[in-house]
Order: sequence, then C-alpha cells, then structure tokens
Amino acid sequence: MTPLDRTIINGLQGGFPLSQRPFGDAAEGLGIREIDLVERLRAMLDDGTLTRFGPLWDPVALGGAVTLAAMAVPEERFDAVAEAVNAFPEVAHNYARDHALNMWFVAADSDEAALARTLDRIAAATGLEVLSFPKEREYFLELKLEA
Amino acid sequence: MPDAMDRALVEATQAGLPLTPRPYEDIARRLGLAEDEVRARLGALLDGGALRRIGVVPNHYRLGYRANGMTVWNVDDAQVDILGPQVGALPFVSHCYRRPRRLPQWPYNLFAMVHGHDRAEAEAYAEEIAGLLGAACLGRDILYSTRILKKTGLRLGAAGRGD
Repeated sequence: MTPLDRTIINGLQGGFPLSQRPFGDAAEGLGIREIDLVERLRAMLDDGTLTRFGPLWDPVALGGAVTLAAMAVPEERFDAVAEAVNAFPEVAHNYARDHALNMWFVAADSDEAALARTLDRIAAATGLEVLSFPKEREYFLELKLEA
Repeated sequence: MPDAMDRALVEATQAGLPLTPRPYEDIARRLGLAEDEVRARLGALLDGGALRRIGVVPNHYRLGYRANGMTVWNVDDAQVDILGPQVGALPFVSHCYRRPRRLPQWPYNLFAMVHGHDRAEAEAYAEEIAGLLGAACLGRDILYSTRILKKTGLRLGAAGRGD
C-alpha cells in the first residue's frame, strides 16, 4: 500500500463533502490532487482494497429492519449453502466464522414482517435453522481502521 | 422520518457514489431532482442519523487486519446497559451491541467486534474487555471470521421501491 492510498483510507472513512465538486474539496483537504484521489478510489475499489465508497445508511432509521443471523452449516454443504444465502439480495454481509454456528450474515428488509419472511425463505432454501440476533441496543458503531 | 424521495436517494446510492467530478449532480439527474436538493437532503439525513457517514469502507484483510474477532459475552442483564457503553468506548472496539440470547445454542448477549493484525492481538483486546466486565461476565467466546462470503451495501428490499 502506498502512502497516497493510506492517506485516502485514513482520511476518508467519513466526512466526504456534500459540495458541488466533492472530490476536489476532499482532495484539497487531504493535500492531494483530485485526479489522484479519483484514480486511486477507482483502483482500490477494483482490486478489493475498498469494499465500498459512498453513503452508509442506517436501515433502521430509514424505517427498515435489519438483523444479524447465524446458522450451523454442515461442512460438506458449506459452499452450496453460502451460495444459496448470498443469492438473497436482502443479505448484505456474510462471514464464515470458526464456531458451531459457522455462518453469520446480516440481512435487511423493508420492515420486521418482511425480514421475518426473508429469514423463513433462507431457512427453507437451505433446510437449516436460522437464528436471528437483532440488535436490542447499540453501544457503539464507528468503524475506523488504520491503514 | 425519511420520505419516498429520501428512499429513492438510498436506492440510487446503494452501489456507491459515482466517481465523477459532480457526483451529486449525476444522482440528481437520475432522480429528476436539482443537485442542490440532493445535497440538502443528504445533509439532512446525515444530521438525522439515517445516513451514518459518506466515505470509504476498507477491506479489513487488505489492511493487514487478519484477526477479525467477534467477541461475545454473557453479561448479567442487570449490568449490561451500564457496561456495554464502556466496552464500546474502548479504542479497539469497532461495533458493540446488545443482542438477544438464543438458548440453549447461544448464551451471549453482548457483541463487540475487535480487529487485530493477528490472533494474539485480538485476544489481548478480549482480555481487556474481560477485565472491564469483571464479575458481571458469566461466559465468553471469540469467533474469528475465516472468510468473507459476501459484502455489499445494505438493501432495504421493498422499502426503496415503495411497494
């Protein structure tokens, strides 16, 4: 990772301007050139260094419903189940974890009833029990990773 | 409360912001709005909290954070709402939530994500959390992510389409 990429990652995890030419203003704030900012954002999105660039929404504040769900997936079916779960557009993130509950995913939907139906459909599609862990209280959320 | 146009804005930016000189103008054109209105709405949504932030989301692994641990804790119900914010305030905790237990499979009600360059670092962070929780901690575990199977922006299904 180059110093330029580090500057962008460390300086732009929030606070991207709402101005008419935000890349120009953000670049100026970071002390780099606009063209370099845009080119490096494009390159880091293409090579997977960045998973996203843009607004991060709070689905609950938008009237939606979201949950963290887990399943105990038999090892020999793991990849097929991952494919089936990932095929749901309601599933945003999905991680393999080293636990008896070995697949953990975040699902969001328009409201609680729709989310419950989606989880039922995931259970039906995989033949596995889906445990849902909706957040009851948020104590902290501010992902800042130093590059 | 966000209105239908706000939700259209969510849909239009689900994949991210366009990397064009005037991204808000491009979004405005797609939605049939004025650029100023898009910027004003995004500002209001930021202030209201529905928009958490605008920026980059790095891949943890690419930054050298190979030990991404979901530390989970069974914390005395009478104390979890006092201790939860203290755990969340630790500098190495990126997310911290109270979630329901699912007995018998799952006795844990406090979730705190920690990110280490290796497991020893993540485990040292877990020890710090354990120290903070003290006797209120009735059980604990740490689940490392071994693979990212999917990572996209959250979609709100029918909410964004108005049906």
